[in-house]
Amino acid sequence: MSTIANCPAHNSSAPTLAEDPFSFENLEDPLPFQQRLRDAGPVAYLPQYGVYAIGRFAELSSTLENWQEMISGSGVGMHEPWRARGLLQMDPPEHDAPREVLQEILSSRALRALRESCLERADSVISPLLDGAQSGGQVELDAYRDIASVMPVNFFPDASGISEEGRENLVPYADHIFNAGGPRNELYKKGECRAEELGQWANDKCQRDALKPEGFGADIWAAADRGDITHEFAPLLTRSLLSAGVDTTVYGITGLLYALATNPDQWAALKANPGLARVAFDESLRWIAPVQYLFRKAGTDVRIGSQVIPEGTRVLLSYGAANRDPRRWDNPDKFDLSRDPSGHLAFGMGIHQCVGQHAARLQAACLLEKLIERVERIELSGEVEYNHNNALRGWGAVPLRLTLS
Amino acid sequence: MLLTASEKVQALVMPTNVASNQIDESAAAQPKSSRPGVRSLRVARKELLAEGVVRLRLEEPHGARVPDWGPGAHIELVLPVSEGESLSRHYSLCGDRGDANAYEVAVLNEPNSRGGSRYIHEVLAEGDIVTVGTPRNNFFLSQAERFEFIAGGIGITPIMTMIAAAEKLGIDWHLHYGGRNRDSMAFLKELEAYGDKITIWPQDEMGHLNLSFLETMPQGGRVYCCGPEPLLNAVKGAAANWPDWAVRFERFVAATLEAPVRTEPFELELEVSQKTVTVKPDETVLSALSDAGIPVLASCMEGVCGTCEVSVLRGTPEHRDSLLNDAERAKNDRMFVCVSRAVSDRLVLDL
Repeated sequence: MSTIANCPAHNSSAPTLAEDPFSFENLEDPLPFQQRLRDAGPVAYLPQYGVYAIGRFAELSSTLENWQEMISGSGVGMHEPWRARGLLQMDPPEHDAPREVLQEILSSRALRALRESCLERADSVISPLLDGAQSGGQVELDAYRDIASVMPVNFFPDASGISEEGRENLVPYADHIFNAGGPRNELYKKGECRAEELGQWANDKCQRDALKPEGFGADIWAAADRGDITHEFAPLLTRSLLSAGVDTTVYGITGLLYALATNPDQWAALKANPGLARVAFDESLRWIAPVQYLFRKAGTDVRIGSQVIPEGTRVLLSYGAANRDPRRWDNPDKFDLSRDPSGHLAFGMGIHQCVGQHAARLQAACLLEKLIERVERIELSGEVEYNHNNALRGWGAVPLRLTLS
Repeated sequence: MLLTASEKVQALVMPTNVASNQIDESAAAQPKSSRPGVRSLRVARKELLAEGVVRLRLEEPHGARVPDWGPGAHIELVLPVSEGESLSRHYSLCGDRGDANAYEVAVLNEPNSRGGSRYIHEVLAEGDIVTVGTPRNNFFLSQAERFEFIAGGIGITPIMTMIAAAEKLGIDWHLHYGGRNRDSMAFLKELEAYGDKITIWPQDEMGHLNLSFLETMPQGGRVYCCGPEPLLNAVKGAAANWPDWAVRFERFVAATLEAPVRTEPFELELEVSQKTVTVKPDETVLSALSDAGIPVLASCMEGVCGTCEVSVLRGTPEHRDSLLNDAERAKNDRMFVCVSRAVSDRLVLDL
């Protein structure tokens, strides 16, 4: 299938890529598809969905910065939003005030103040896993199940002041939100039956009387009391903490541990220089972007190089492809702590760049600090499993063998 | 907006992490960059907007994007007023934020200017390159159900961008705009299109702005006011029934300050650099830090621009800036070291 004759969306000269990024095969291993996407050109057309796709670093960066033409207000998935729009589905000027408020609440200054409690939390996750073994002994665990899915599911809701009840809902809740960013495929359908129930649960959690008196949630309501945002909007802004702040960090930390386990020389470099912890996390995000795909809609005819994306068309943004674009990165497939990963697109770029990135970095840094203290070697001890998601690089199992120092 | 009293002739103050060669080469070396920092922009247009007011259009010479901004934001211009001396001045952005490659500012020629606005009016020419800082916003537009915009003179500049936003959001608004006389008032023609949403008060025809509309606060209302200090004070008095947070000001000049609460020295403990610095009563925290080899980027030296913000880890600052509201002050988690001092004997700073 080279072109679709009667498809009105495809009236530009962009090359056609007759592939499905959301097929089982491409979700199991997205890298070959993403290479073909980059190689097809600065922008390609995906006839199966009638959307365009961008996988090269330079074009993705400029598309992310171009809020004027590449709009988010009609949603950042393949379809119109299925629920009340939050911060991520807004354009300026609607986006301005809530972004200003949340950016201040989640500033690096605010997160630095949580370092001690985050370190304690990291210790409470890591220590019980290692305490049974002696120096030189080995421990088998699962990076996803025992570390990555425990830390953000507790630290971030605690810091947000979300009550403990029902936290097991957080991962399935966000899993469906991200699946809803893709096509209406099996992944979407499997979450559809609980979507309403979980959505209601999340909304209830974000009401003022359900929140603890201290935390990011309470800070959001305080901003409403100060008149920066309306009280009606406060629960929606609080909800974005739950939607965007848990699964992404769970998978980001899993990817970090997978990267270290499969690159023993880089773990050794980190052991020798623990100051590389921040680089390690960001380099792992470059190497395996937790958010793989989001969309924008062309608000007008948008020119990218010599091609035009017609007004009203949706555009798939491939963060994973851009972060491994050899036009931007030397030896992009290598997880390498000696490189400067600054400018990677795993947190996005421009006005919608991840507002919670300091929270993610803090959690990763605290976990690494605890592991570096006690662990000599990290290696895979079995088959890795993925939890397919239309937007995320989801992990199901990353079995590890740790050798203690 | 023109920070009249904040004019300070000073050596070009630049952050230590922005090397001077980056200023010259940023645009050429990274034509696609829109990273925070300092950039060189070309004066693409200079035009007379009203009596004593010129508008500048400052363009990225290589067609790259300039950093994004929103209603109420201002930028710093570094003006080489004479050999070896530069002047740092802040102006509210008044153009279209959808214009990704340029900024626009409108500048009043101040009779009492020490050189900044006069330089712009008399020396600066189309085609010149000027050094421009990243936009900052101490006056951002909140969510609301209704806006009362109040502008005095050149204070109209940030309000123009707020009106554009309110229109786009479909939020009810009204502008009360005072000035010496019609000829001196910028943007009158653009504003005419809004019909009865604007009230123009040229002082020579109608006297001072009538602020009686502030007696009652509408549901979900906010006041955004920019202008000379007497207007700000008048609005503050007239809006006495409004909660503080609902009435927001952008100042031309720093608020008049009381004497510092401490007359004895205090100590700064610098957590990152592991130093202790004593601040004597006759020096600023900024200068004490600089003397100790810990330079902090600063600009206005009067606590109005926000450049020199430092995180406070412990201790109680004496806030002397014109930026933080009461709630932000009460947190004691930051200070503007060009003016703010200490109430406690010791401040622990994240430096």
